Amino acid sequence: MATDHELRLRERLARLRSVNLLGGARLSAEVEKLQRQLERLAEETTDEDIWRAVELARHQDRPYTLDYVERLLDDWFELRGDRGRADDHAIVAGLGRFEGRTVALVGQQKGRDIKDRIDRNFGSAHPEGYRKAMRVMELANRHDFPLITLVDTPGAYPGVAAEQHGQGGAIARSHALMARLEIPTVACIIGEGGSGGASALALTDRVLMQENAIYSVISPEGCAAILWRDAGEAKKAAAAFKPDALHCLELGVVDGIVPEPEGGAHTDPDEAARLLGDAIRESLEELEPVPADELKRRRRARFRSLGVFA
Amino acid sequence: MSSSRIDVSIEHRDAPEPQGTKHPNTCPQCDSHYRDDELERTLWVCPHCGHHFPMKARARIASLVDEGSFVEEAADLRSEDPLGFFDLRPYTDRLAEAELKTGLGEAMVIGHATVDTTACEVSVMDFSFMGGSMGSVVGEKFSRACDSAAERGVPLVSVSASGGARMQEGILALMQLPKTVAAVEDLKDAGGALISVIAHPTTGGVLASFASLGDVVLAEPNALMSFAGPRVVQQTTREKLPDDFGRSESNYRFGHIDKVVPRSELRANVARLLRLLSKNGD
Repeated sequence: MATDHELRLRERLARLRSVNLLGGARLSAEVEKLQRQLERLAEETTDEDIWRAVELARHQDRPYTLDYVERLLDDWFELRGDRGRADDHAIVAGLGRFEGRTVALVGQQKGRDIKDRIDRNFGSAHPEGYRKAMRVMELANRHDFPLITLVDTPGAYPGVAAEQHGQGGAIARSHALMARLEIPTVACIIGEGGSGGASALALTDRVLMQENAIYSVISPEGCAAILWRDAGEAKKAAAAFKPDALHCLELGVVDGIVPEPEGGAHTDPDEAARLLGDAIRESLEELEPVPADELKRRRRARFRSLGVFA
Repeated sequence: MSSSRIDVSIEHRDAPEPQGTKHPNTCPQCDSHYRDDELERTLWVCPHCGHHFPMKARARIASLVDEGSFVEEAADLRSEDPLGFFDLRPYTDRLAEAELKTGLGEAMVIGHATVDTTACEVSVMDFSFMGGSMGSVVGEKFSRACDSAAERGVPLVSVSASGGARMQEGILALMQLPKTVAAVEDLKDAGGALISVIAHPTTGGVLASFASLGDVVLAEPNALMSFAGPRVVQQTTREKLPDDFGRSESNYRFGHIDKVVPRSELRANVARLLRLLSKNGD
């Protein structure tokens, strides 16, 4: 087991060194930062490191989707509503210019103060949110605009109306649509990547993850409540299922880690946005020359290769 | 975030109806008790009140396909323990115990068969194997079933029963959602069709991926099919839930499924759909 693990680690390290996947890796300061990350990857991430990422990913001052939109896109035009029944404020979607090209951007949005948080439903979308996301993805696909998604949700909303409006089906269909898109697509997990409500926006050609983001099948509290029968054991649960960026990279779930300013993205949102912008640009530049059907084929193959079995 | 907003939507152990200390052969609805052979004759449906007991994968296959036509595929796939996961017990122990208890290598059985002489591929889940949870092997088996159906040019009949993604495989379990969806899209691009049959309970990650993507979606009576289970929804919203919350009849009313089909009529319905969906001349 241990040697297997080490082998996989070395393989990934080698791949990382040869391919410039990480944002801003061209700049020497960030090459250093990347080097530090790789060294940390070679060491074992401690349980404390993992919990620190959980706390930073949920930090109340962490930049949210619209904070990045404001800094990365020109001429942002937000599109509203699912054209069926509602506009879900937990997901924002729209068009804007990213470094000279029109792009579509979709992402979950959390609120900053109490009122705003309630309005955004803490970033937990209803099916209407996923349907809004889908119609904007279709628009992008028709016009050959690249799609950027920013993922930041504790999970899709578990409520009566959400179920009645078809939460499971909406999440399934959002995945399915993303598997059909014939445009370059890049996702970045910028905070909490909570379960199916997160992956529904992340079936993309490149999946990036900020250094202190988490991506997981279940929240640490939820896992603890089920397996330890005590939500207070969240720290233990997080240590067991390892939602941090380094483990996601090691398992091949994400393609690159986007560095954050020292101390976390909230300490310097402008710098965090610059680093994120670098990573997105680099990914788009790699993807834009690839023919549409080849993009789709590779994207499906990428996700179909995920899993470990004997 | 207060701790009341726990997101356990993907993975919750919503056992097939609270059984308390009741014997598995005791009907949770009307308390009638049956011997194994009695339930076997009625396809594990209570003859008294019509309650649908959970059905094991092998029994389900036998009830659905022509006798002797089923050829199992990918039977030797086994889970690994990518995270070295340990909660109260190691994941590897839980896997071994599940295999001993169910006689299955994983929570899904796939293979090809004929139903009323029409060829098809089948994938059947078994809730008794770790709550039918979807880890790497379930994802891989389902994907292979899609490929096998595409190669043979036959429809895929999927029967799901699952609590959702398998926590013990962490993020890789979540990745089985995009993985199985990508496989369904490959199947559909190849001209294939997916008939999705939803058995009690199908929740979380399985409902939020391939089970909802059937060209036709059927469900058994009173099957719970919700993204989040009733307990989670109740904890989060503190609302009183409707009596039929998440049940197949309610999903039918809201337009999420095509038909609620009692188990005794499932085979006939699947056979009709297979004939309609198969390429002419088959």
